[in-house]
Amino acid sequence: MVSDRGEIMAIKDLPEEEYVLKGHAACPGCPATIALRITLKALGKKTILVIPACCSAVIQSLYPKTSFGVPTLNIAFEASAAAASGVASALKILGEKDITPVVWAGDGGSYDIGIQALSGALERGTDFIYICYNNQMYSNTGIQRSGATPYGAWTTTTWTGKKERQKELAEIVMAHHIPYVATATIAYPEDLYNKMKKAKEMKGPRYIEILTPCPPGWRFDMSKTVEIARLAVETGSWVLYEAINGKVEFTGQSKRILEGKERKPIEDWLKMQGRFRHLKQEDIEKIKRELDEKWEYYRKVMK
Amino acid sequence: MIVIDTANHISALAAKMARARVIAAYPITPQTTVVEKLAEYVESGELDAEFIRVESEHSAMTACIAAEAMGVRTFTATASHGLLLMHEMLHWAGLARLPIVMVNVNRAIGPGWNIWSDANDSMAQRDTGWLHFYCSSNQEVYDSIIMAYKIAESQEVMLPAMICYDGFILSHTSMPVEVPEQSKIDEFLPEFKPAWKIDVENPITHGNIVEPHYYARIRYDMQVAMERAKKIIEEVGEEWGKKFGRDYGLVQEYKCEDADYVILTMASMAAEAKVAVDELRNKGEKVGLVNLRTHRPMPFERLKYDKIIVIERAVSFGLGGIVYNELKGRVPELYGFIAGIGGMDVSYRDIERMYELAKEGKDGWYPIEVK
Ligand SMILES: Cc1ncc(C[n+]2csc(CCOP(=O)(O)OP(=O)(O)O)c2C)c(N)n1
Ligand code: SF4
Repeated sequence: MVSDRGEIMAIKDLPEEEYVLKGHAACPGCPATIALRITLKALGKKTILVIPACCSAVIQSLYPKTSFGVPTLNIAFEASAAAASGVASALKILGEKDITPVVWAGDGGSYDIGIQALSGALERGTDFIYICYNNQMYSNTGIQRSGATPYGAWTTTTWTGKKERQKELAEIVMAHHIPYVATATIAYPEDLYNKMKKAKEMKGPRYIEILTPCPPGWRFDMSKTVEIARLAVETGSWVLYEAINGKVEFTGQSKRILEGKERKPIEDWLKMQGRFRHLKQEDIEKIKRELDEKWEYYRKVMK
Repeated sequence: MIVIDTANHISALAAKMARARVIAAYPITPQTTVVEKLAEYVESGELDAEFIRVESEHSAMTACIAAEAMGVRTFTATASHGLLLMHEMLHWAGLARLPIVMVNVNRAIGPGWNIWSDANDSMAQRDTGWLHFYCSSNQEVYDSIIMAYKIAESQEVMLPAMICYDGFILSHTSMPVEVPEQSKIDEFLPEFKPAWKIDVENPITHGNIVEPHYYARIRYDMQVAMERAKKIIEEVGEEWGKKFGRDYGLVQEYKCEDADYVILTMASMAAEAKVAVDELRNKGEKVGLVNLRTHRPMPFERLKYDKIIVIERAVSFGLGGIVYNELKGRVPELYGFIAGIGGMDVSYRDIERMYELAKEGKDGWYPIEVK
């Protein structure tokens, strides 16, 4: 079923149009590709993608071919939000009102090297959608830590596990007082689709972050991508919410958890991923404690 | 119309009259008044453009790249550290073949902080695929900016262009400038017709992974375009001359016909060198001047002299003078002076002195090594 506002109830309601075409170069089980496929189904033909250095720059496949069905401007790693500003200004001066500039960037390009350009573009009120697909590390360059890598995770620059907690970019983004901020993950395609649709109908800076569990980076079998994404939400490790003009509402399973539903044990999620294999009991206790604290905080502020 | 104003305000005026439609810039001394003026033009409605108040020069260049890729004429201005911060994106603009026009007000690089003129900022960008022009007067600044759009946007060139002039010496000095009517400029510089653009009706992917054989080909094409640009620069300069009475080209020669020695310099030092040449001529010296207006492409074919004395405001550490070394082996008798570094004053008397030193067979850093 599709609502008047274009929202869908089930996967079968997704439009048939494909903008991520066959022959792309992603790993089997790639979450970024699933996320982009659903995203472009929601955003449609009148979208201009801006993509910094990341896996998605590779996924497009080799020049002179492409597997992306919407115009795509690749740009330097830290520069995507600034490039979207340029596109948005050009659209304005050309009088084009229904084309949406969309950044599609990894967590490295968003949390770390691109945060300055992102913050600048948000603060300037740029009319664009910024999407961060968060696979919690730099996968393009071979699984190095990022600001989004969680505590304890193995990467090729944290061989004994990351010693620091990840930061919360969506919360930093919210401090820019923009019209729309949302989180999503690929395990809930309707939720992802509907949030994209909602964003598309708005003006000004809009930010959506999608958790995208990456088989080679997180060390799990490629058949488990969706399962791990779902478990991330069910354990409360990843939180689904949206904020319209600063008003935060939890959505889907995260809303249920906020309302009292029990979280699945975080160990279930950690155990499925090779990147956490080396964790000691005390590390797991620390992760649990911090997760409890996080949810306590949410309950307090969401009252 | 004669306008008396600083090179910075003249730059802003030229960008306006060239009808730049997206401007993205970040302030840095001594460029700031370019940005301020453009912001004023846009806010007052005098200029129908989008002005993006970016948070850095890296973003300024990126925004220009993206807007230009949308088929829109763009402009930016910077100096020194701002230009260096753009470095990655300068390559990007060049390699993407986007005819962005930018002003760089030459200024020294820190540490220590020094806001005076020095060409090492733009000289360090000479391999980024940009056309590089240097100006010796505010009039040249105006003329060069308008011409740069026509040259850069020519389908035979399609490379970005950097217009450089000395900080303070020109940027903050008022001079009379002859400014043609807008309609004449519009005749000279028609609307921008991009060779490629990002367009939802024709969804291309720009800049995805390129294998070596294609990559090498694309780079080769840039070198060919740079060579072709030489002809276009001469043609556009000639057309400008016919329309507005001031001829331009790759170089400007002064009293070179019968000269034994030719002083070759750039930017405001060329204006000073003209005085030096007159003084030396009065003393019976057969000396001429080549003002190297264009540094990329390098107009070797216009530099066929037996004795050249290069005076330049930049250095490549471990090599020496940059233009000097580029000419080495191509000129039978070549002398090189590095002078004016970090804004050190170079008067016509200094230039006369360097000429005398060269005649004695001496060159080097002036006045540190030789004086
Ligand atoms: C200035 C710069 N520094 C480093 C790189 C190398 N680099 C390319 S992609 C990348 C990591 C991308 O990570 P992320 O944004 O998380 O996307 P993912 O690869 O995970 O999809 C790095 C470090 C670069 N291209 N440019
Ligand atoms: S490394 Fe991960 S994100 Fe990158 S293409 Fe492979 S599965 Fe997708």
